[in-house]
Amino acid sequence: MTILEDRPANPAAGDHDRPIGHGRMQRKEDPRFVRGKGRYVDDIVLPGMLHGAILRAPVAHARLISIDTTQALAHPGVVAVITGTDLQALGLAWAPTLSMDVQAVLVTDKVRFQGQEVAFVVADDRYAARDALELIEVEYDVLPPVVDARKAMDADAPVIRDDLEGRTDNHIFDWEAGNKAETDAVFANADVVVSQELVYPRVHPAPMETCGAVADFDPIDGRLTLYETTQAPHAHRTLFAMVSGIPEHKIRVVSPDIGGGFGNKVGIYPGYILAVVGSIVTGKPVKWVEDRSENLMSTSFARDYIMQGEIAATKDGKILGLRTSVLADHGAFNATAQPTKYPAGFFHIFTGSYDLQAAHCTVTGVYTNKAPGGVAYACSFRVTEAVYLVERMVDILARKLDMDPAELRLKNFIKKEQFPYPNKTGWEYDSGDYEPTMRLSMKMAGYDELRREQKEKRERGELMGIGISFFTETVGAGPRKDMDILGLGMADGAELRIHPTGKAVVRISVQSQGQGHETTFAQIVAEEIGIPPEDIDVVHGDTDQTPFGLGTYGSRSTPVSGAAVALVARKVREKARFIAAAMLETRPEDLEWEKGRWFVKGDPSVGKTMAEIAMGAHGTVALPEGIDGNLDAEVTYDPPNLTFPFGAYICVVDIDPGTGHVKVRRFIAVDDCGTRINPMIIEGQIHGGLTDGVGMALMEIIEFDQEGNCLGGSFMDYLIPTAMEVPDWETGFTVTPSPHHPIGAKGVGESATVGSPPAVVNAVVDALAPFGVVHMDMPCTPARVWEAMQGRTRPPV
Amino acid sequence: MQIPAPFDYVRASSVDNALSLLDRHGAEARVVAGGHSLLPMMKLRLARPEWLIDINELFELDYLLVDNGVLRIGAMTRHTTLLESPEVQRLFPIVTDAERVIADPIVRNRGTIGGSLCQADPAEDLSTVCHVLEAVAVVRGPAGERMLSMAEFHRGPYETAVAQNELLIEVRVPIRPGSGSAYEKVERRVGDWAVAAAGASVSLAADGTISHVAVGLTAVGLDRNVTEVEAVLLGQAPAEHLFVEAGRLAGLACDPLADQRGPVDYKRHLADELTRRVLRGACRRAAASASETTTDTIQEG
Amino acid sequence: MQISMTINGTDVTREIEPRVLLVHFIRDDLRLTGTHWGCDTTNCGTCVVLMDGQPVKSCTVLAAMADGHAITTVEGLADGATLDPVQQGFMEEHGLQCGFCTPGMMLTARALLDHNPHPEPLEIREAISGQICRCTGYATIVRSIQWAAEHPAGTNEATAETTTTDSTEQEVRA
Repeated sequence: MTILEDRPANPAAGDHDRPIGHGRMQRKEDPRFVRGKGRYVDDIVLPGMLHGAILRAPVAHARLISIDTTQALAHPGVVAVITGTDLQALGLAWAPTLSMDVQAVLVTDKVRFQGQEVAFVVADDRYAARDALELIEVEYDVLPPVVDARKAMDADAPVIRDDLEGRTDNHIFDWEAGNKAETDAVFANADVVVSQELVYPRVHPAPMETCGAVADFDPIDGRLTLYETTQAPHAHRTLFAMVSGIPEHKIRVVSPDIGGGFGNKVGIYPGYILAVVGSIVTGKPVKWVEDRSENLMSTSFARDYIMQGEIAATKDGKILGLRTSVLADHGAFNATAQPTKYPAGFFHIFTGSYDLQAAHCTVTGVYTNKAPGGVAYACSFRVTEAVYLVERMVDILARKLDMDPAELRLKNFIKKEQFPYPNKTGWEYDSGDYEPTMRLSMKMAGYDELRREQKEKRERGELMGIGISFFTETVGAGPRKDMDILGLGMADGAELRIHPTGKAVVRISVQSQGQGHETTFAQIVAEEIGIPPEDIDVVHGDTDQTPFGLGTYGSRSTPVSGAAVALVARKVREKARFIAAAMLETRPEDLEWEKGRWFVKGDPSVGKTMAEIAMGAHGTVALPEGIDGNLDAEVTYDPPNLTFPFGAYICVVDIDPGTGHVKVRRFIAVDDCGTRINPMIIEGQIHGGLTDGVGMALMEIIEFDQEGNCLGGSFMDYLIPTAMEVPDWETGFTVTPSPHHPIGAKGVGESATVGSPPAVVNAVVDALAPFGVVHMDMPCTPARVWEAMQGRTRPPV
Repeated sequence: MQIPAPFDYVRASSVDNALSLLDRHGAEARVVAGGHSLLPMMKLRLARPEWLIDINELFELDYLLVDNGVLRIGAMTRHTTLLESPEVQRLFPIVTDAERVIADPIVRNRGTIGGSLCQADPAEDLSTVCHVLEAVAVVRGPAGERMLSMAEFHRGPYETAVAQNELLIEVRVPIRPGSGSAYEKVERRVGDWAVAAAGASVSLAADGTISHVAVGLTAVGLDRNVTEVEAVLLGQAPAEHLFVEAGRLAGLACDPLADQRGPVDYKRHLADELTRRVLRGACRRAAASASETTTDTIQEG
Repeated sequence: MQISMTINGTDVTREIEPRVLLVHFIRDDLRLTGTHWGCDTTNCGTCVVLMDGQPVKSCTVLAAMADGHAITTVEGLADGATLDPVQQGFMEEHGLQCGFCTPGMMLTARALLDHNPHPEPLEIREAISGQICRCTGYATIVRSIQWAAEHPAGTNEATAETTTTDSTEQEVRA
């Protein structure tokens, strides 16, 4: 097991503005974006390229009676129209999902959610494709839909998945974690037990760039090139090979610049498959890019968990146990992306940051007539749901005990000396030191002063709330023996090559959608071998040019690929030692490292820089036994454990008592992601995630009416915060390295999205305490807040 | 994919030219000004005109002009112009208040007062503002010009009295000395349509009593002003208990629909609450302006 | 129909269908792909360009309506190799992550600073309130625009110390 290394100081290793290694530096990828020269999927134009458009079902549940494509085919601009029947003949009407289910690529028997794919038009240009959609006539026989997940298991509920052999209900799975008997005993003997139903409504990652692909199948050499908005190009390549029958070595998936992913771009959508089929059928490249309504209505939604939470404690505020039963709405197909053995993802981290005696959860997944998905929107595989549950329950307990919520948390944190900490549901938390983080957050917020202000305001009838969230995530999936997606173990590779003139290229398996990998991964390499980040090219996104890995989601890039990159750089550094020794005619053990060069112990003036060693590797010096003539290396990293970033968030809100409108006045976020590679990039990740939290807590929701019509299919109804709805963020940090990660880094991409919603909701509920409100569900829109003030809290679903 | 169905396009060079084009192309022609109501509907294919008559070059309709006790607003005046006009803010702060919360700053660069009024969305803020200010709509057609009160102009949701071959060319707002006005809106997020909104205009007599008042509501199913408040407020000195009563009447007068923005009782409550607030604001501003005179004629183009 | 307009200072004339949206004209006909599109309802603002110096959402303007006007896209911000201070500011202050909303944000910033060279943070937030960013949380965009306001000639000249709006970064070593 690799442990965190000591890094010797090197006064020559860069400066504040140009660190060679970790530190704040401007992003290497920015120059093209600020010039408008980013290359997103819709920017790609290939010779002879055609455009695809999908006809989508207008109803949520219906038998498909007939499709008439005659008029569409007669349109002068239309080249092909593909229906489910056509796909059936190719064996492609159904495709496997990432959760061992199947999803219809085009409807053959039945429509199962509004917006489902019914036909695919390929035309000369996007305007003709759009016109042709109107020319396709489809007859449906509408069926009653299952819209309410709570009713999905009723005896008389319509069976949605009658495509599956022997299926007689809408049940998908049952799963549990923790020890039921132990937990029940703890609850039975506890002084205080508080129960609350908590709903985490359906929301959507909604990146600014929608999903799309350009498929280019070359019939002569049978080669498919697929430009795709994907966070996991290699996994997609392997899956396409399995689904399409095109051999894997003939498939190249290229993920170019991606305009935001947030988990929306992990799964394989029918549109991608249709673009490939379109290209095969027409012999031309085919571009398919969805519009926003398609994105919101048919691609992977997030959350939709109805959670019954219970917390048990002593009357002095020692939390004893936590238990929950969850109803998970997965939509019409089980297409969630998470490791195979974890149908509810990592929800069993719901024990949070607290030292519990017992914990138990059950999760039941059901089908409904809605779009498939569930794991998305920076949830770290359901960790958002888990953190929301525990942080709300702790606050509800604090209210019940009449204890300050900060004090209650401080009293119950897992202590530093307890790490690595085995929680009650099978996790081993790698490291943590929660109290300093909490106290820093409180200090930055001026917590005591805020409580004083609140007291004064309450006397005047003003509504001010302070909400705390202290979250612990589990990210960086994961050890391959435990974690795989469709049988692909979640290990990632990295390759490093130093060119003769001392410049380098590192090829990674993960895919940036804005996280700055072209900079941070260069910085990781720079830290290890002392070549400046400007001299290190980071290659990602093209399966022809990069090593295999499972991609970017679940905050795994730094914990997994970052580890691989650090290790491959160390491998190169070690190899360099041997080559330097040969060049200096000394023994490897007589050499010492300072960032950038190996030098003779006791004689620092005698040494070789990495650039010199690279030239030497490719030069004429006699190389020692077992060392070949290059400064290259490759590594596949199998993480020994997940990592456990944590943070302390404090949100301050003011509510207009006359209208129920919530204003987020301040948000203080102290994060601990272990070793920090680039503080500027970390801060950016945090800011974005905090905005997600404000969005979900106050305005984001995908709702359905009783007929199963999606009411959140545009940005007029799916509301995302603008610059006016969020405050100036106040951020701080602590550093508790991960003991098992080569550079002690834990990952941070989803921390703020995970940790912030309960902080905002806790603040709103706190503000409404004078009205006796103990809980209200998200989104805390003005209307719902006002209703809560009238004593009418109701779940959003 | 959100792309309009095919249509023909022509650019009008003058009001008369626009009118003759409307006449020529008949029912399947629509004018487009800012386009931020019509084009989104066309992209969704909810509107499919065969002819689009672009009136953006009718610069003759882009003006703000104080003339004989009336503010004359050309129909092509953009929202941004209204928002940024100090004269409008001085005379009718209700307009400035409303413009701040209409759509977003970029949409306001294109959208026009004429377009907003003719769209007549039940949640259109400027419709309420014009009702409250008792504006007069000037409509020109082949037969000449006619003046319409807002009640005559605004027939119902998405419906106005402008005939297919006519154009709204101007909005005239009477300037009342000693008046103040205000608008307040509740929205789920900046740029959203109102959950509910209210506007008020108040004039104070020399003795400080209310000589004129108008209250209007947005997005709560009331097409007219809340005339019920006149009986309570006219002749009275501004006082909180009167605002409370006016609010109560506003809540009763409206007929909101439950939707994703909120249930009926919440919207009624907002009608009440916001009416109180805009009356307070309008009275405060009226008291401040009561000492000023507005006899100057200032030309703005 | 034929349309002519000036794009980034260059006259262009093309034959188009009347219904072509300006955003598609820019991207598909002129192959300037720095202008993006991200929604169907004129909300997101990734399509923002300047029309006669004013930000407009090019998805809700017909190319035909832009005939005779001057359009500036992100590709027209830089003066040859010299970046506009707004572009520099976005790089200095990490005002972009995925880059998709960035061209629109920068153009709105340019128009704002042309009219209001020293905007307050709230004025900046209001100016960009018609555009959505899913990545940055907006604070760094505000800082980027402030940087540009404080460095009107870019990195060649600083008129004042760069003031950051917020973000007290404090640390406790574990």
